[in-house]
This record gives sequence, structure tokens and C-alpha cells, in this order.
Amino acid sequence: MQELKENNVLQPAMPSSWNEESKPHKFCPGCGHGIILKALGEAIDELGIKDQVVFGCDIGCSLLSWDFFACDSVQTHHGRTTPVITGMKRANNEIIGIAYMGDGGGYAIGSQHLFNAAVRNEKITIILCNNCNYGMTGGQMAPTTLPGMKTETSPYGRDIEQTGAPTKGPEMVAAVAPEGAYVARGTVANVRQAKGFIKKALENQMAGRGISFVEILSGCPTNWRTNAKQTWEFIEKDMAQYFKVGELRVPQVKEG
Amino acid sequence: MAKVVKVALAGEGGQGVQSIAEILAEAANDEGKNALYIPNFGVEQRGGVSIAFVQISDGPIGAPKFQKADILIPLSPRSVKRTQMYAGKDTIYVYDNSLIQEGEVNDNIIGLQYFDVTPPCPTAEQPNADLPADMIAGEPKTCSFTKPGQGVNPADIPEVKKVIAIPANDIAKNEMHPRVFNMIILGAVIAATEVLPLDTIKKALDTKLGDKFKENPELRTMNFTALDRGYNLIKSAM
Amino acid sequence: MAEVSLKGEQRVFMTGNEAVAWAAVAAKVDIMYGYPITPQNEIMHYWTRLAPKYGKRFLQVEDEISAGFTTLGGVMSGRKAFTATAGPGNVLMQESAGMAEMMRLPIVYIIQQRGGPSTATVIYAQQETTLTCFGGNGEGHRIVYSTATHQELFDYTIKAFNSAWTYRFPTFVLGDGYQAKMREPLTIYDPEERGQTLVKPVALVGENIKGKQFKHLRNTYNTEDELYEVVMANQRDWDAMAPKVVEWDQKGCEDAEVIFVTHGVVSRAASTAYDQLRAQGKKVGYFRPITVRPFPDEQLGAAVKGAKKLLVAESAYGQLLKMVKTALYGSNVEIVPMLRPGVGITTEEIVEEYSKL
Repeated sequence: MQELKENNVLQPAMPSSWNEESKPHKFCPGCGHGIILKALGEAIDELGIKDQVVFGCDIGCSLLSWDFFACDSVQTHHGRTTPVITGMKRANNEIIGIAYMGDGGGYAIGSQHLFNAAVRNEKITIILCNNCNYGMTGGQMAPTTLPGMKTETSPYGRDIEQTGAPTKGPEMVAAVAPEGAYVARGTVANVRQAKGFIKKALENQMAGRGISFVEILSGCPTNWRTNAKQTWEFIEKDMAQYFKVGELRVPQVKEG
Repeated sequence: MAKVVKVALAGEGGQGVQSIAEILAEAANDEGKNALYIPNFGVEQRGGVSIAFVQISDGPIGAPKFQKADILIPLSPRSVKRTQMYAGKDTIYVYDNSLIQEGEVNDNIIGLQYFDVTPPCPTAEQPNADLPADMIAGEPKTCSFTKPGQGVNPADIPEVKKVIAIPANDIAKNEMHPRVFNMIILGAVIAATEVLPLDTIKKALDTKLGDKFKENPELRTMNFTALDRGYNLIKSAM
Repeated sequence: MAEVSLKGEQRVFMTGNEAVAWAAVAAKVDIMYGYPITPQNEIMHYWTRLAPKYGKRFLQVEDEISAGFTTLGGVMSGRKAFTATAGPGNVLMQESAGMAEMMRLPIVYIIQQRGGPSTATVIYAQQETTLTCFGGNGEGHRIVYSTATHQELFDYTIKAFNSAWTYRFPTFVLGDGYQAKMREPLTIYDPEERGQTLVKPVALVGENIKGKQFKHLRNTYNTEDELYEVVMANQRDWDAMAPKVVEWDQKGCEDAEVIFVTHGVVSRAASTAYDQLRAQGKKVGYFRPITVRPFPDEQLGAAVKGAKKLLVAESAYGQLLKMVKTALYGSNVEIVPMLRPGVGITTEEIVEEYSKL
């Protein structure tokens, strides 16, 4: 961690796994990505795995994290971070592979990769930011857009008769992954819990037990066109009501 | 330029043309010659006729397929019809004139992607009960067909240099064993192509099937007798 | 599968797919990622049988998109990695090939061309030549070896890994269904025993070294100028590399009136036609690009200087022809095309086409 005070001014506390040169980061004000990546950075610090980590980021807003960490990082294509990190881990299992993506990358264009990585119990950690829309492309409907929610491609509200119901990713992964998987859903509204989930997900990979998947509920005030109060209300009430926060799969660790 | 001998074998799925071709090409290779074998695969096999192309030479071999065969051997009435284009004025034409009907191989058996028509093993220890799943229209996927039929219509036989008819299927069925049908054909191919001594094939078979032959010496005798029979059928006709 | 090994030199009789699997073992490849598609399946079949004996790995993934991207992951972690595909699978793999092009990742893809477009046939074609050379939303910064014999499939698969890791451009071996499925003799060997050097892979990320300088690999750029610099730097590297990797074969072009221009398996027919016609005293020539990318432009230009006509034969409708025309821009030699999309071309057909000229 950097010096807390500089010229007698209190500096923001940054995880040492963060790349200071790329800060302040490029996310919009009020965006949840920064909170998730801070939790991830702290987890990396606490586990002391900075030099083993390869951080892969997808396309969409998650792409803006390509130089976020002071760790080896790879920016890939939309939906393809899961296979890139999978390929890396299969070729060199000393790597701690983290695939970071949004809901479009994980549940739409890359859903076949997520599904099959889960089925194969790939020993990687996938962290997915769920903010109910495609942020970078201007707020289109995502697999996770809530029923009735207005987006650029569902201007009259998401009609689930036409578009299906929002994807419940962790539930899907939990349903298909074999023993050894760790699956949880956290929220930026409870950072301490979210960080705990992320840390457990990394530890699960380090123990070589199976796939580790954490979805984090996050906000997108720019595209939601919400103020701070509305943003938090949406994350804490609307989203949390549909997407239940908590651990879905915790591997049984044998004693002794 | 060394001469390239071009052989095309055609038959119904299960008659073993691919395994005959493969043994022939491998034996030529063992003999230090250049050999090239390519099966017709994939959707080309729709309709059931399987064709194997073999080329043997002391020099380099060009394209894997060719237009006119030096030796063309269609083994069923239907393959006689389907191989017209490979027959030329210099072709030696060997066909089976047994009065049989080909088993029906339809598209759902062939599949769209890839279907290897090599039968389970033409020289496997006999008797070998065929599973219902392995039957083609009630016929076992062996190397001969037992349903009587019209046989080859002489009008379908193209104009070639020389036509030799051998009742290989009948000989196998009546005098030997249905499974040695393709050994008779292999013997005939050796005689017709005149590029390899018969002993080379016997050596190749000994290498390929050595374990089976050791287990069952009768099988070896049976196969070699069939091989000689096919060889002599052609030699006496030429 | 034949019991053979790479100890000493061995003459073997096998299919092209088997030859590729053996070549990957000979090139000391660490891992193959794959997804089934005809006619390349047996590369995976043989690799999965060989791999455990040589301490190598295999991962079967969910589709060709994933097969491509896992291969990228494999090479980024410093391992020699490859995949193989054909037809629609090659189309899906272009996304990852584009990323490898931009990020200069030394991937090796084996392409056993089948008929196209769409599902078409599982048999044979040369219709993936343009796709393999120029697929993706870029400039075709790739190396593409078009093989004609099983010996070449073996030799150039080994060479592909060396070229990829030397120049860091995606490298392809362009075979086809005929080569995949036919059997012919070749000699397999351990390249190091022959004194050939195998280029060692280097990890781009993920080396566990305390306090190392981290790397950020990306394929996205914010501004036009930033992208322009990257693409032009790649172009300059590619231009500098091209004369070092370009390969071709030619016979009798010096005094030829008609020159056959073909690539891949069709050049077997052209070569035999050349031999036959020369034996009859006909003034024919034979030219074959072995690397279709980079294309031997200058070499072709020099070879056709004295010729009256070129017969360009390919199992596609003008993919090689386009490359030949580009290479010969400004030349007034007459080009006669012989275009047979998705079907094989025999020696007899080339001789016949020649006799019509």
C-alpha cells in the first residue's frame, strides 16, 4: 500500500496489487466496477498471490480494467475471456487465472464457454459484474435486465413474454458444476461480504478443487439514468429481490 | 518416368473394398514402392457404393485421384453402374458375376459426416455372430451378400481392354467361407495388377494378423487358400 | 495405429492426419485444444493416443471459438499449443486468429480444407485459401504453408511452430481432406537428432517470479493514431519477415511457353502433368507457391518472364487466381484459369486443359 499521507493530505487507500499509474480509473462516477475490483485487489493482497495471478478481462466496460492491476493482464474478446484463461491454466497450472467479465460476456455471447467451463470444473476463478444492461455500448437490454426495465432496446420495458426472464447465472453454474465448485452471488451494497466471496473463490482455485464463480450485483447510473439514491435503491431492492445474494455452492473440505 | 499403376475398387458398404485397398497399398509400401491409397469418404458414400483408389509406382505419385483406372474392380451390380467413368480403353475390368443382390445401405446408416466402410474384420475368427445393430437390411456386414438376385447386367459393362468375370461371392459362399470373399478379390487384384508378388501380400497379412493367425492356424490356411484361388482365377483368364 | 517412434529415421505409411499428430510430437508441442470436425478428427484421435506417452496434454472444448481462444491462452502461458479444424470451424476460428494477429501470438492452426461454403462436403476443397490467409478484420498478418505431400505435412508442421515462435505471427498449415485421409509413405524423424533447432517457447504472462515486472497485453486501442502505429509496426515486421519465410517450388520455367501454377495437393497433378508433357518434348513449366501467405510475388514474376501463358488450376473459384493476378500486375502474360470449386483435379485433366490451349 502507498503512503497514506502525501503533503499532509490523506491519500485514498489502494491495494498494492493495483496499478497506481492507471488511477484514477476510467469507470463512470457511481459505477460498481471500481468497488468490485477493489475487493478483488484486497483479496489478492491478502492471499499474497500478485505474482501468480493472470487477470483476464472481457469486452464491455470490464475491458477498462485491462491495465487496472499491477499483475499480468490480458484483454480478450467479447465472451472469450473464459476460454483464454482456461487455455492458460490447462497449459500451466501454476497460474492463478481470473476471468473478469460482464453479464453480456458471461451470459450471452460467452454463455457456452461459461457453461462448459463449469461442467468441466475448470480450475479458474470467474468474476462477473451484473448491472442489468450493456453499459459500454450505450445501455441495451442484457440477459440480466429485470422484467419491465427500460433500456435502449427495450424502451417500453422488458417484456419477458418476448425476451424470456433474466438469466440467473450462479444458479445455472451451481446446477451443472461438479463437486469442488464454489459459486456465490455478492453485491456492491455489501462490500465486506463480496470480498469474502471473491477471496474464497480464489482460495478454491488455489486448492485446485474446481471452478469458482462469483457474480456481483452492481450499478450503472449512467445508463440507468439514476441519481445516487435511485441507484442504490435499485441495487439493494429491485436487483436483490430477483437475484438472491449468498453462497450457492461451497465445496466440502475434508478435515485433516 | 516410372509407370504408375492405378487401381480402383468399388463395392457395397461391408464388402471390404477399403481393407483390400489398404492391405494392397501397405504391402506395396513394405516392398519399397511408392503407394497412395485414398478412400471415397463422407457424403460421397450416400447410396452405398464405396470406392477405394490405389496407386503404386517406383517413382513419385501425382494427384490422389485419377480419371481412368488401369485395373477397375466393381464388386456388386450397383458398383458396376457407378464406376463407368473410371473405365477406359486401356482398363482391365474385373467384376463379380455371382447372382446376388446388394444389401441395402441407406443414408441413415451412412450418416452425413463420415462412415468408414471397412467391415468389422474380414478375417476375424469365425464364426462371428453379428449383432442386430451391425446388420444392414437384415444382412450381416460381412464381405459377401447372400440374397440371390439378377447379378450384373452385361449391358452395364463398359467398353474396356479386357473383361474378366469371377464368381468370387459364390465361391466364398459355397466352397469356402463368406468372410474370405475379400481375400479372393485381393488375390485377383494382385494377379491383375502384376506389381507385387503374391508372397508380399502373404507377408503383409502375417504381419497384420499374426496374433490371430497364431491363435487359429486354420484361419491362416483359409485366408491364404482364398488368396491363391483369386490369384489363379485371374491368371488363368489372362 | 502403427507402432512407430521418432527414434532414428523411420519410413512409415500413414494418413495425413496421423502425420500431423506425429509432427506435433516431433516439434515438442505441449498441448492441443480441439473440437471435432471432419476431415481433421484423426489429428485429435492420434494426438490423444500419443500425448500421454510423451507427457503432453489435450483439452476438448465446446466449439471452435473456444478451441482457438484456449490455444491463445496456451501460448500466452509460454507453451507450444495448437489446434486443428476445417470449413465452418475455420470460420469460427478466425475470431481468435485475429486476436493472435493483433497481439502477435505464436499460435499454430492446422486447416484440413473441406468443401464450401457452409457445411458443403466433408471431403475436399481449396476454398479456405482466402479465409486462412486473410480471414478476420485485419490485414492478413499470417504465415500460411500449403502442403502437397505427407512428407511436407510433417516437415511444415514442425516448421510452423518454429516460424510462429520466431516471428510471432499466427501460422497455419493448409492441408485438405485428401491429404487428411489418404495414406502414403513418409519419413518421420526427431528434428533435433537431424540437427534442426526447435525454437523454445517463452511465457508472455503468468511466470511466477517474485516482484516481476507485470505485463498488460491488449488488443484494444483508444485512438486512430494509436492503432495505426500498432498495425504499421506489425506490417513492417511482416514485410521484413516475408522474404525470410517465403517458399516456392518451380521446374522448367526458364524455357517454358506454358506454366502451370497450382498450390497444395493440386500441384501433385500439375507436377506429374509437367513430367509427362516434358517427356513428350512440350515446353511446359511448373510453379507452386508453398507459402501462399506471404506469396512468392517476385519469384513468380521472374519465373513467368519468358512464358506466353499461365494455366492456373485450383479446387476453388479464383482464390489462388486472385493472388497470382495481384503478383503479376502489369505483366502481359495471358492467364488461363482452370477453376473447380470443391472437386479434385487430376493429372489427366491438366494435360487435357493444356492440349486445348
